[in-house]
Amino acid sequence: MNQEKRVEEFSLEALRAGNKAEFARLVEAYSGVIYRLALKVVEDPQDAEDVLQETFIKAYRALPNFDGRSSLSTWLYRIATNEALMTLRRRKSASVANTISIEEPSPNEENEQEPIQIVDWCCLPETEMMSTEARAYMEKAIETLSPALRTVFLLRDIEGLSTQETAEVLNVSEVVVKTRLSRARMRLRELLSEYFGERAARRSTPEGENS
Amino acid sequence: MSHQNCRHLLGSLSDYVDGELADEVCAEIDRHLEECENCRIVVDSLRKTIYLYKVTSGPPSVPEEVRQRLYLSLDLEEFIERKANSEMGKA
Repeated sequence: MNQEKRVEEFSLEALRAGNKAEFARLVEAYSGVIYRLALKVVEDPQDAEDVLQETFIKAYRALPNFDGRSSLSTWLYRIATNEALMTLRRRKSASVANTISIEEPSPNEENEQEPIQIVDWCCLPETEMMSTEARAYMEKAIETLSPALRTVFLLRDIEGLSTQETAEVLNVSEVVVKTRLSRARMRLRELLSEYFGERAARRSTPEGENS
Repeated sequence: MSHQNCRHLLGSLSDYVDGELADEVCAEIDRHLEECENCRIVVDSLRKTIYLYKVTSGPPSVPEEVRQRLYLSLDLEEFIERKANSEMGKA
């Protein structure tokens, strides 16, 4: 169930000229992915809706100057990611703990963490791994990542962007993308192993089923 | 292989599952995995983790009311194309 790569079949000329019908096509093509990304970064439907609207308002205004150096999708993801991170920054500065940087991984994410959970849970049936409860746990696990790691993970593994595209969206080097992706994945693996490992252990009774 | 070796490979496992490593590094990890069950478990569960997030992320979609408000905010109501409701008159 991979993301199908969107074919970019938009007239840049029409978009730059402010053609509304062409812009509406762009909105129709990308609002779904932008909303999904926003929702997972800001974790709040109202904020995600604001990010969605701001993204396309800003895109419409900036289109006359769009130089086409990056693809339209990368460019839109970039506006959306900046909006989403700005939302988080506003939220942070409104709260007490405003010293944490949004763009950088938190200090304990800086070091490559050694795996603690070495449990084989891959034998669990998919129905159990995709239960409502498991999905809710997985959502929570993503939320424990710093925004810096979370955005890289979402862009690469959920939205299916390449390392290079993700680097362009976030304005960081490809090495940084790979390092953050590695940390995000290893951390999520750790959390999922904790959760599913326990379930796998419960199953491995003598008469436990193996599939 | 020594535990030292496992630790040394950890930072490469993400690139390994993406198939983005140079052939020799990849071969080195392949060799290590044949001998080290713990690392095999880490690689398998890493793959499974990525897979699970991919398949459960759902299709990209916008709830209809969010979509309608988006079109209104962009002054694109004439392109909403879905059944018109009384909300639209307010734009």
